[in-house]
Amino acid sequence: MRESDVLSPEEQLSPKKPVSLNLSILTGARVRNIKERFIELFLLICAISSVLIIFLIIYFIFSQGLPFLAEVGPSFLTGSIWRPTDGFAAGTWGIFPIIIGSLLVTLGAIGIGTPLGVACAVFLAELAPPYMRRILTPSINALAGVPSVVYGFFGLIVIVPWIRDQFGGFGASVLACWIILAIMILPTVISISQDSIRAVPREYKEGSLALGATHWQTIRSVLLPAASSGIVASVILGMGRAIGETMAVLMVAGNTVRIPVSVTSPVSTLTAQIALEMAYASGAHREALFAMGIVLFVIIMILTGAANLALRRRI
Amino acid sequence: MDRRKRNEMIAYGLLWASGVSALVILIWVLAYIFVGGIPVISWQFLTTWPAGWGHTGGGIYPTIIATIQVTIISLLIAAPLSIGGAIYLTEYTKESLLRKVIRQGAEILAGIPSIILGLFGFLFFVIALKEYTGGWSILSGGLTLAFMILPISLRVSEEALKTVPLELREGGLGLGASKWQMIRTLVVPTALPGIITGIILGMGRAIGETAAILLTVGGAINIATSLQDPARPMTLNLYDVLTEYRDTTAAYGTAVILVIAILVITFVTDMLMNRYTRNLKGL
Repeated sequence: MRESDVLSPEEQLSPKKPVSLNLSILTGARVRNIKERFIELFLLICAISSVLIIFLIIYFIFSQGLPFLAEVGPSFLTGSIWRPTDGFAAGTWGIFPIIIGSLLVTLGAIGIGTPLGVACAVFLAELAPPYMRRILTPSINALAGVPSVVYGFFGLIVIVPWIRDQFGGFGASVLACWIILAIMILPTVISISQDSIRAVPREYKEGSLALGATHWQTIRSVLLPAASSGIVASVILGMGRAIGETMAVLMVAGNTVRIPVSVTSPVSTLTAQIALEMAYASGAHREALFAMGIVLFVIIMILTGAANLALRRRI
Repeated sequence: MDRRKRNEMIAYGLLWASGVSALVILIWVLAYIFVGGIPVISWQFLTTWPAGWGHTGGGIYPTIIATIQVTIISLLIAAPLSIGGAIYLTEYTKESLLRKVIRQGAEILAGIPSIILGLFGFLFFVIALKEYTGGWSILSGGLTLAFMILPISLRVSEEALKTVPLELREGGLGLGASKWQMIRTLVVPTALPGIITGIILGMGRAIGETAAILLTVGGAINIATSLQDPARPMTLNLYDVLTEYRDTTAAYGTAVILVIAILVITFVTDMLMNRYTRNLKGL
């Protein structure tokens, strides 16, 4: 074998026609690289679209409502007379009774829905035999999926006449809202509470049982306290759902701008009032409704923040 | 000891009762809707137009079409955005500020009441973009709904992508696939049932939503022949026939169709999720 037959390492690394070949591989890689980059950018845009949408929402709602809020001032929130259209004292903007209505309706729904929802969550996480869980889980999903307008319809044909027969009055009332909203927030309270009860470390439960506590004592004094921040979060999120609910409330509340004197009085909420009056509002009236939207938005943001804080403290 | 046992029995009884009550409430609501609604349903009810303005009776054909149209529009926009966003969150970011911001953003968007989305849709799509959306139209309504269902589908898709085992990704990359090839051919197909579940859940929300489209879709009884035409989906029809005409017959019929659609969707997603988690356990 002659020495010239053997390629030196340098020759091996740079064969006769290497340049174009190498370049083609390089450009191929670069094309692929550019494509990859482009895809990544597209996906990034998809991902940040939610954030962009929130800014759009804030911008549009606030640009319509803020100037009005600034002009009317704090009396918008504290005034108790709401006369948007023509007639006596037209242009009197006070939404205090509407805010009270929203809060009242929400707190009542929470009052009814929380004990039931948390108990149901405990049942599902600790007690339910598998067949019950297989029935209940999709049932709760179905409850969450029923359209709010169908709940409103149900309230109108079942709850409202029942209240009218039992307690007198119109039937469309605070109580009707409580019942319907309590049903509507159940799925939220159940699913998040259940998650946080399941998230409690096994050792806690085993330790408690090993110390001689009964299962119920363990649930009451170990599992529930350990899951408490998650349960609190579920209640706050339920509040958010209740205060933001529009159609069902609109259909069973009676929509009267007056602070209710009893649970059978009609009531008005921010959401229902906006939905009801946007149909024909114009000019300052419309701006006032956007200002009400701002109030609602701020309340929801506070609730979301509070729920986040509670969830962060979860074990 | 006796007292402890007795307390436990009482507590168990109450917990069972609350568990069962959730079921009873569902059956209670559904029973009323079905008993009142099923007799209304007929081929004619589904395929004819409502009686003229000011009259009650007739079918709900155009409102069914409107619901389908608006739902499809919203899914066409929300599905790619949510799937793309979920892929970005799971495959392209580490725990970082950006990821936190995006996730927080989706969470806030999910919590925004639908009537606020409706107000926004009215200002943005109906008024500001009137030239393109035609004002009150199925396009304006569909876009508003897309924004509403985006965070739900995003969340479910993300969870689905997260459950794809890391080995699959490493294997793909190890065989020389580019990142996108790996995602497209390995990660997304594996997570597909979960991703589809997210889309179907979004679809359910879009079909059932009223407040967000109340101010954006127009509400005219009409079969839209272009994206810029107004229409009246079933949910809006249910509200309108009740408040305008007190027509409980049409309301029952519309409600029962909505409820059947939601039950089918719940059943399908439940089945998909069960099969999917079982498959993953088998891996």
